[in-house]
Amino acid sequence: MSLDQATVARIARLARIHIPEGEQAELAVELSRILGWIEQLGEVDTDDVEPLRSVMELDRNWRVDAVTDGDCRDDVLANAPAEHEGCFVVPKVIE
Amino acid sequence: MSFRIEGATGSWEIVCGLEVHAQVATASKLFSGASTAFGGEANTHVAPLDAGMPGMLPVVNAKAIEMAVMTGLGLNARINRLSIFERKNYFYPDLPLGYQISQYQTPIVGEGVLAIDLEDGSRKDVRITRLHLEADAGKSIHDQLGDGTLIDLNRCGVALMEIVSEPDIGSPEEAVAYMRKLRSILRYLGTCDGDMEKGNLRCDANVSVRPAGSTELGTRCEIKNLNSMRFVARAIEHEAKRQVELIESGGTVVQETRLYDSVRGETRSMRGKEEAQDYRYFPDPDLLPVVLDEALIEDLRARLPELPDARKQRFESEFALSAYDAGVLTDERATADFFENVAAGRDAKIAANWVINDLYGALGRKGLSIEESPVCAERLGKLLDLIADGTISGKIAKDVFSSMMEDPADPLAIVEAKGLRQVSDTSAIEPVIDDIIAANPDQVASLQKNPKAIGWFVGQVMKASKGKANPKMVSDLLRAKLALPD
Repeated sequence: MSLDQATVARIARLARIHIPEGEQAELAVELSRILGWIEQLGEVDTDDVEPLRSVMELDRNWRVDAVTDGDCRDDVLANAPAEHEGCFVVPKVIE
Repeated sequence: MSFRIEGATGSWEIVCGLEVHAQVATASKLFSGASTAFGGEANTHVAPLDAGMPGMLPVVNAKAIEMAVMTGLGLNARINRLSIFERKNYFYPDLPLGYQISQYQTPIVGEGVLAIDLEDGSRKDVRITRLHLEADAGKSIHDQLGDGTLIDLNRCGVALMEIVSEPDIGSPEEAVAYMRKLRSILRYLGTCDGDMEKGNLRCDANVSVRPAGSTELGTRCEIKNLNSMRFVARAIEHEAKRQVELIESGGTVVQETRLYDSVRGETRSMRGKEEAQDYRYFPDPDLLPVVLDEALIEDLRARLPELPDARKQRFESEFALSAYDAGVLTDERATADFFENVAAGRDAKIAANWVINDLYGALGRKGLSIEESPVCAERLGKLLDLIADGTISGKIAKDVFSSMMEDPADPLAIVEAKGLRQVSDTSAIEPVIDDIIAANPDQVASLQKNPKAIGWFVGQVMKASKGKANPKMVSDLLRAKLALPD
């Protein structure tokens, strides 16, 4: 599988990563090489193998429904670049 | 009765499926221990995990899983023994993690069915595609600051059940019936409070149109965030008409997301969100698959309450109520419980009339719910006993009931205090009758020609006794004194 430059530009936009146009072609080659490397996994016959859903055999760790957290607004907002009346302030979102 | 839109070129039918978001009635969030309470100060119900702080791990809320399974059982749906939480990636300021934790390929609940009752008395099955668990996003407030948007994360991470139907809904009425029935079942199960005003139950509608009788599906539009029953009906109808007009004038429906503007009563395109609807789902590596064992499922099944359909049928057979009355009484679990307490050991039909007409009416005027009723089932039952044993007439009972809405006293105490006890003593009624006969010779004369005019005399006696005379006794005594046949 190989990626073209347009696909790289699209993935970058989806991930909100700025990649200048001049770097996209080179990145397409690099990413295609990585994908090719991963595609080798397809050579292994896994027809009778159950998918591994978790690397550890853990017992289920469900939580009891109780309020044990929250009420720490100052901590939550500590890194906010701006706040107003207890809310985060972000650049205006235009619908 | 099928719903049709009459266009310029012919008849059209609506094809609609609903995606309902129901907030799970848990105390804490789906993956954090922060509170889900409504109306807290901004960002006070937020754990570091909900704010997307690095190094935090989600741990699933057992109650949310149980409630999702319970809801699945209530919808006669398949419960998936294995389900997986995945990350749905998109950027929006009210989603600090940069992804929503949801279930995609393997939801916790699969196919089910919901039977809806329509106004013409018919029933229709609407197929459920799936129910999955996901975390809600926060709230963006756009209109408070001129150049900024405010973000409150109190809702962020609250457990939602997304319940998706097949496109089996053919009219605005069916859509509302579906929402009402789903709401009723959720409330019976106690898995969602169904409060649409608070946004705890809301839906997106997928709407398309096709020529009547056609079996092909047209291109659909999704209308987002309908938060009242009225808006559901109006938005679907409006959107279907828009599509018919568009097609008939030579245009093509474009698959897109639209917003319903309740002020203008129209839907409009949400442009910009269409590009790159690529959520790049993948299993969340921080969460284990949800594995349900049979013991848990059977335990939940055993705890299922009697659901509205079964209860309605029982009310019809056990209490000989009409389908309409049984439906009204079983719509809400609290009302059905109330009615059953009143009806126990009494005439069920009379109990139903009192609950539906008098109690509903009085509560409606005060804007109260059945849970807030000043007259409890036990007191209403005692009032009905007073009618049954002849202590008061049905008419006087209405006055006593009005007093009971204001006064917590026992109905008998109210009757005694106000001197409303029915007079069934002939020696007390006879003088009143004699006076009225003596005072109205003309009426007596006309009575011989028109025996039905006796009603006028009964009315006069009742009036003179301030409604307290036993009406049956008054009528009997009058007939005897005036020598009329029974």
